Amino acid sequence: MAESKPKPKVRKQAVPIPKQPPEVRKHNFNEVALGYTEEQALEEANRCLQCPKPQCIRGCPVEIDISTFIRLLREGKYDEAIKKIKEKNSLPAICGRVCPQEEQCQKMCVLGKVGEPVSIGRLERFLADWERARGFTVPEKAPSTGKRVAIVGAGPAGLTAAADLAKLGHEVVIFEALHLAGGVLVYGIPEFRLPKSIVQAEVDYIKKLGVELKLGYLIGRTYTIPELLKKRGFDAVFIGTGAGLPQFLGIPGENLGGIYSANEFLIRVNLMKAYAFPEYDTPIRIGRHVAVIGGGNVAMDAARSALRLGAEQVCIVYRRSREEMPARKEEIENAEEEGIICKFLAAPTRFIGNEKGWVKQMECICMELGPPDESGRRRPVPVKGSEFLMDIDTAIIAIGRTPNPIIQSTTEGLAVTKWGTIVTDENGKTSLEGVYAGGDIVTGEATVISAMGAGKKAARAIHEYLMNKK
Amino acid sequence: MYEILSVRELAPKIKLFEVHAPEIAEKARPGQFIMVIINEKGERVPLTIAEYDAGKGTIAFAFNEVGKTTKQLGTLKEGDRVWNITGPLGNPSEIRNFGRVLCVAGGVMIAPMLLQIKALHETGNTVVAVVGARIKELLFFKEEIKALSHKFYVATDDGSEGYKSLEFLKDVLAEEKFDRCVAMGPVPMLKTVSEFTKPFGIPTVVTLMPVMVDGMGMCGVCRVSVGGKMKFGCVDGPEFDGHLVDYEELIKRQRMFLPEERLSSLLWELGGCGCGRK
Ligand SMILES: Cc1cc2nc3c(=O)[nH]c(=O)nc-3n(C[C@H](O)[C@H](O)[C@H](O)COP(=O)(O)OP(=O)(O)OC[C@H]3O[C@@H](n4cnc5c(N)ncnc54)[C@H](O)[C@@H]3O)c2cc1C
Ligand SMILES: Cc1cc2nc3c(=O)[nH]c(=O)nc-3n(C[C@H](O)[C@H](O)[C@H](O)COP(=O)(O)OP(=O)(O)OC[C@H]3O[C@@H](n4cnc5c(N)ncnc54)[C@H](O)[C@@H]3O)c2cc1C
Ligand code: SF4
Ligand code: SF4
Ligand code: FES
Repeated sequence: MAESKPKPKVRKQAVPIPKQPPEVRKHNFNEVALGYTEEQALEEANRCLQCPKPQCIRGCPVEIDISTFIRLLREGKYDEAIKKIKEKNSLPAICGRVCPQEEQCQKMCVLGKVGEPVSIGRLERFLADWERARGFTVPEKAPSTGKRVAIVGAGPAGLTAAADLAKLGHEVVIFEALHLAGGVLVYGIPEFRLPKSIVQAEVDYIKKLGVELKLGYLIGRTYTIPELLKKRGFDAVFIGTGAGLPQFLGIPGENLGGIYSANEFLIRVNLMKAYAFPEYDTPIRIGRHVAVIGGGNVAMDAARSALRLGAEQVCIVYRRSREEMPARKEEIENAEEEGIICKFLAAPTRFIGNEKGWVKQMECICMELGPPDESGRRRPVPVKGSEFLMDIDTAIIAIGRTPNPIIQSTTEGLAVTKWGTIVTDENGKTSLEGVYAGGDIVTGEATVISAMGAGKKAARAIHEYLMNKK
Repeated sequence: MYEILSVRELAPKIKLFEVHAPEIAEKARPGQFIMVIINEKGERVPLTIAEYDAGKGTIAFAFNEVGKTTKQLGTLKEGDRVWNITGPLGNPSEIRNFGRVLCVAGGVMIAPMLLQIKALHETGNTVVAVVGARIKELLFFKEEIKALSHKFYVATDDGSEGYKSLEFLKDVLAEEKFDRCVAMGPVPMLKTVSEFTKPFGIPTVVTLMPVMVDGMGMCGVCRVSVGGKMKFGCVDGPEFDGHLVDYEELIKRQRMFLPEERLSSLLWELGGCGCGRK
């Protein structure tokens, strides 16, 4: 392990991360960003100024002690560096890859004022990958408390809460509706952004902590929340069921063949591995001309997956302009490099099908931006008479997802907002005793790191509740 | 893993599996379904619950060997295991004393219809049952259903047993009064039955079988138009008002993946699991 000395002068440019070239990567599902080498990581770490009052930490939703882990990294103490991260974040290999760092830790880094901020996420990823390559050591657990906690949903919120509660000595069982654990990490975010082996390694780690994983249990149907508490002997429940209900446009022709919700498309491709059909049984059909409707990360993921599945042309149709696009900058750039076209200021008005019931055209209307709406972004207004037709044979609708409703409708007394999210206090406590919730099911669609943060907080609150309960 | 406790051949290419699934057995109700995944590379296939026994901790489902997954399922024997079963999913049927209920079942769905008829019978209904199939060899559970029914009819597409086609139902409906009709089977059958009962204003409940992936409301592939509204077959159904369903759209949506399904099935028949073939 080479120990390199801090350079005296401020380096404005970040060390670029090696990537698969666009021409190559658009034909495979392998990870796009290849990760720093040890040398590159040290070089980038050396850019950090080790500020006396590090601003970066304030930008991280789980308050990782960033400056300390970077110091340890550049001293070559990778072991201690990753431990430092894991004090706050149990899924660093995942966050290092998918956190919107430019909006969080890196946005606050002082270096950002003079040049590019320190690539905190990439360093975090480097350490996590370094650790994974060596195999995880399972931390010591507190002695058994004899208390049992049920976790509903194995997304980032549920997995984090489970890990923390297990370490505190509670007996933890996760109930996951799907046949694989990971939530959006396995069914939504594609392999080329987050290899599934990484998610699997994290899940295995949680199992090593003694957490029991029950797959194929839809809570609300197989058991209800009150049944878990009263009949199944659990002392507390954490709900982390996410926002998985797809939204449709509500325009004519939406039920034609070839029109997918982004969820359907991504579930087929990621969870069911339709890209390896017929080795895997679940099929997917990709036409030649694919339109993706929406402008967020989900739209980017769907578009880039469609390209990799062999579409000739993939066009993202977004109703506002580039500036308002909610997707991460890095992912928009990646998508454009790969040849994905963006059509801004347009929205579909209807789909037109062929005689077999398959979509053949999409009619859109042009938009212009009016005054800002309640989200603070300028509201798109249709331009009269500006309709135009696009020839397509596949459309993927990625306009947002709302909370999964099954728990809410089968749990009497659980307070729910008008958007269907579960009401909690700042520690994740719901209106029912012993029932906690966190992640997208509480906030609506958000981020991996915020879901994890919520899982952590709730774990702390559940621990307190259990230890004080008679 | 879920162990297969018994295999019963109901008719050529139609099998009934009884599996050990105590947690599902405890919650299952008539009208609900499960998702079966045969192995790690398998797809998720929805199958209707045909029997359940909380005491024994078992459920049963019947399937028709039509495509890759059901053909592969058909090769499994007593003692074999399937990788995952999720359930019970979907809304249970409404079961109460309606009065006189007309129950029409076609093909493999005769199996879950027997469960439905048992429940209707136990709640005091008078059941008039119709079972149908393409040819007489594909009929099963005749004695079981007959025993629970006030009247019992058989129909086949080719007339090899009982009535030829469902046309005779028009006369039955003209002569007798019904308070409700329950239909399970292929879409054309559901459509015909709904058309027949509509003029008589008989509330008609049909079980829809759109393409599904997750079966719990996350993908939307199972969307159907009912009374002009978009509904999800898995969470809003699988039972819907037969008079309001857009059957033409459903038929088209069921055929969406036909070429891929054929390929998958062909590769399977040509040998092994199709692994590694591109
Ligand atoms: C395509 C896509 C790309 C994204 N990209 C990013 C990104 O780059 N960066 C980022 O930070 N965020 C991203 N997000 C958002 C992020 O993934 C979510 O905010 C995060 O996963 C929420 O975590 P969660 O644990 O609350 O819920 P989820 O990850 O949704 O997990 C919920 C789990 O609960 C299960 N479940 C639901 N109902 C039940 C039930 N009744 N019983 C049992 N189990 C149930 C579900 O099957 C699921 O496994 C993306 C989202 C999508 C869809
Ligand atoms: C809620 C629900 C409940 C269901 N319950 C049952 C059940 O209890 N038993 C059962 O057998 N199926 C049931 N089905 C249908 C079953 O899920 C599908 O038949 C199954 O997906 C077949 O999978 P496969 O891979 O074998 O065939 P696939 O690869 O999916 O292909 C099957 C092909 O055969 C065609 N096909 C389907 N049915 C028939 C038929 N009767 N005769 C000729 N061709 C046909 C289809 O159009 C398709 O092209 C149900 C479906 C739903 C949505
Ligand atoms: S967890 Fe996310 S926000 Fe926090 S330091 Fe890591 S990359 Fe930045
Ligand atoms: S703000 Fe930037 S330069 Fe300062 S300690 Fe944090 S990462 Fe290093
Ligand atoms: S099967 Fe996916 S929503 Fe119904």
